[in-house]
Amino acid sequence: MNAPSLVIEGLVRYFGGLKATDEVSLQVRPGELHAIIGPNGAGKTTLINLLTGELASDAGRILIGDVDVSDQPVQQRVELGLLRSYQITSVFDSFTVRENICLAARRRRGVRLAVWKPLTRDLESMQVAERIMQQCQLTHVADEAAANLAYGQRRQLEIAMALAAEPRLLLLDEPMAGMSAAEGVAAIELLRSLKGQYTIVLVEHDMNAVFSLADRISVLVYGKIIATGTVDEIRAHPEVQKAYLGDDEDA
Amino acid sequence: MNSSLFLSQLLNGLQLGVLLFLLSSGLTLIFGIMNFINLAHGSLYMVGAFVGAASYNASGSFLFSLFAAVAAAAIVGLVIEHLVARPLYRHDHLYQVLATFGLMMFFNELAIFIWGNRPYFVTIPEVISGSVEILGAPYPVYRLLIIVVGVLVAFGAWYLIQKTRFGMLVRAGTTHASMVSVLGANVDLLKKSLFMLGAGLAGLAGTLAGPILSVQSGMGDPVLILALVVIVVGGIGSIRGALLAAILIAVIDTLGRAYLPGILALVMAPAAANTVGSALASMLIYLLMAFVLAFKPQGLMVSAKR
Amino acid sequence: MNSRNWMRLVLPVLFIVLAAIPFVAQVVDEPFYVTFFARVLIYALAACALNIVLGFAGLVSFGHAMFIGLGCYAVGILSHYGISNGWIQLFVCIAVCIVVAVLVGSVCLRTSGIGFIMITLAFSQMFYFLMVSLTPFGGDDGLNIYESSNFGWFELSGSSEVYWATWALLLMLALFLNRLRTSPFGMVLRATHINPRRVDAFGYSVFRIQLSAYVLSGVITGIAGFLLANLTAFAVPSYIAWHLSGELIVMIVIGGIGLVTGPIFGAIVFLVLEEVLKGWTTHWMLVMGPIITFIALAGRNQFAWLKAIFNRPSTAGAALKTRPNGELP
Repeated sequence: MNAPSLVIEGLVRYFGGLKATDEVSLQVRPGELHAIIGPNGAGKTTLINLLTGELASDAGRILIGDVDVSDQPVQQRVELGLLRSYQITSVFDSFTVRENICLAARRRRGVRLAVWKPLTRDLESMQVAERIMQQCQLTHVADEAAANLAYGQRRQLEIAMALAAEPRLLLLDEPMAGMSAAEGVAAIELLRSLKGQYTIVLVEHDMNAVFSLADRISVLVYGKIIATGTVDEIRAHPEVQKAYLGDDEDA
Repeated sequence: MNSSLFLSQLLNGLQLGVLLFLLSSGLTLIFGIMNFINLAHGSLYMVGAFVGAASYNASGSFLFSLFAAVAAAAIVGLVIEHLVARPLYRHDHLYQVLATFGLMMFFNELAIFIWGNRPYFVTIPEVISGSVEILGAPYPVYRLLIIVVGVLVAFGAWYLIQKTRFGMLVRAGTTHASMVSVLGANVDLLKKSLFMLGAGLAGLAGTLAGPILSVQSGMGDPVLILALVVIVVGGIGSIRGALLAAILIAVIDTLGRAYLPGILALVMAPAAANTVGSALASMLIYLLMAFVLAFKPQGLMVSAKR
Repeated sequence: MNSRNWMRLVLPVLFIVLAAIPFVAQVVDEPFYVTFFARVLIYALAACALNIVLGFAGLVSFGHAMFIGLGCYAVGILSHYGISNGWIQLFVCIAVCIVVAVLVGSVCLRTSGIGFIMITLAFSQMFYFLMVSLTPFGGDDGLNIYESSNFGWFELSGSSEVYWATWALLLMLALFLNRLRTSPFGMVLRATHINPRRVDAFGYSVFRIQLSAYVLSGVITGIAGFLLANLTAFAVPSYIAWHLSGELIVMIVIGGIGLVTGPIFGAIVFLVLEEVLKGWTTHWMLVMGPIITFIALAGRNQFAWLKAIFNRPSTAGAALKTRPNGELP
């Protein structure tokens, strides 16, 4: 199995005077699906941005497998197979679904001098694209512009692109955000099919998804991890209930 | 190197810097707050110069010509804001560049149409045309006047932006235009006022510069480019940055042109030194710009915006 | 009609019509047509090159006239020193353009948006003033070029020769750009305009890709300058004036940003219009200026009506409506 472990040690990030990430420490085992939950404003997206390298940390370490990536820029971490999806859909709107996915699939080989043959006609990219589109149920809209897709399909494309880029470690930032119930069910099944193949860090509000998918859960409140454990442990945890699940209607 | 000559060159640089500041402050505010790139700003400078010169020649009153120049530039600015800028605020900068590029072309040709191709002649008013002794060397009163005016305007701009309600709204509009309108301020009026302010400053610079540089069609083009460099170096949206960069650039440019050929003559033949020197001098400020951007891509004084 | 059919139909028709011009000129005994349209094609070449960065990557370079100047002066200066071998001149032209594009591009690409526009303009002005102040090379008056570029079996000795050379290069460029648009490099380049953060997040280097595009664009524009010098037998600083940079942008906008054949149509329309206006009045800029402003105000949809005639999907009013093959509106 190619999926690496993810170790976070004492990660800190300030925004001015605000300590948005407060000594976060976490171990995610290889192939594990680790969910991160917490109230709005807890710093979940900030944490993801720190992991990908889009934000620089003020202190602490991040290790992918044995590699310390704490000072490495985004590109280097991507090389190690760290891919993410965005909470606010961030696909290429003017391109078709197929083109979006081929673009993601191409990242390993790069585009140095590839100026002649069409991106979508490349054999390798095509095969990857077909497979991923099937997996994410996007085959029927393969040649639609991303801008014309339904919202749920755009969220699927968001995940599809992360998958197409040959990840080893996936960071998914609220992939189900805004999905209808039916779309949510399909998304949960997709994520379930990914378990074991990749190490997955899943930030989510949808408790249904979290409880049915997660191997372990960490709870983030005001930038601090207040609890880590299995689904049952977290459900029963008094601190967690107080801080989060207590106010949450759809628990 | 003659120290009094050096001093007058330095003062020349300062005076050019002041003119540049007057031009760039309006430009940087309009960029920084309304995110609008206005290539026709140089045309407003030219309008100020022509109207100022024409009204002085007609009336003989320096003060009146100043007023007329600023007013004319502000009015033209208002028209431009309403017809061209307003429809394009939300659009790609490309269209703003094109639209104002067309305006520039129009105004340059209009100046030729009205006043012909040759430089329009205007003299410095008698009362301020003398010289003053500074450290042994005579220096034109008029140029000193420009420096004084510039400093006053800089202070006025600082006061306006930092200490008045208008300035507060302008600064707020930098980051949250919609919030500003929620607070009850008329955003359209705010933008028009800001545009007119910038235009007026450009017009003032134009009419002050008129007697020293020549008043003719296209006079705004090279100055506009300098102003763009000033803004980029100073930091878009920052008045302090514009002041600092304007002085810095103008002084370096002036001193460079004056002394570089001489310095190079120490190491190469006089003819070559002259050519290389003047070539290098003309490139100097752009090299400076490249240098600054290499280390601080957002300019020297990054403003609080974005 | 989607873009592939458009290219298959319009491109050949366009180039056949353009190829007919020298013959028509001969028949009506107006050699001026050849000179004029040679200039049109040269500008079309430069505009197509600019479209690589402007149309694909969304980088508004207001300083492309600089590369035209570099190409012109490569011919002019070498010819001044007695070197009229076309291959040497071309080599120097390309080499210089590459170096300058890398240096200038590296600085300019550190900023974005408004900053990029202004800095490209500033650098082009720097070269303008440089050439004006270099009196050994003619200064403001420029250099007369007495010997045309000699390529051995072929010499750019007259308007006709320049016309055909430009025609051939333009055709090759159009075909190349058509492939570039959908190639991996081209797609990623276009993606940097749509969502640069996402492109970076996939591990591509936005900076390097944009710089490569800028260099490519600069070199081709330099070649246009090379041809211009041979056409006019003149290398002069006014070729580096920023008005030229602006006019190239106008041509692209008229013809359609991001479209392969767009700049060619744009160049034809703009220069023919300019010529017509010049015929009416010496103050033609009084008319051209507002026309340009109007074109800009009409925005991206100005030729929606024209496209509707050809049954292309309308882009009127839609911010992000695209064609299924992902072509930019």
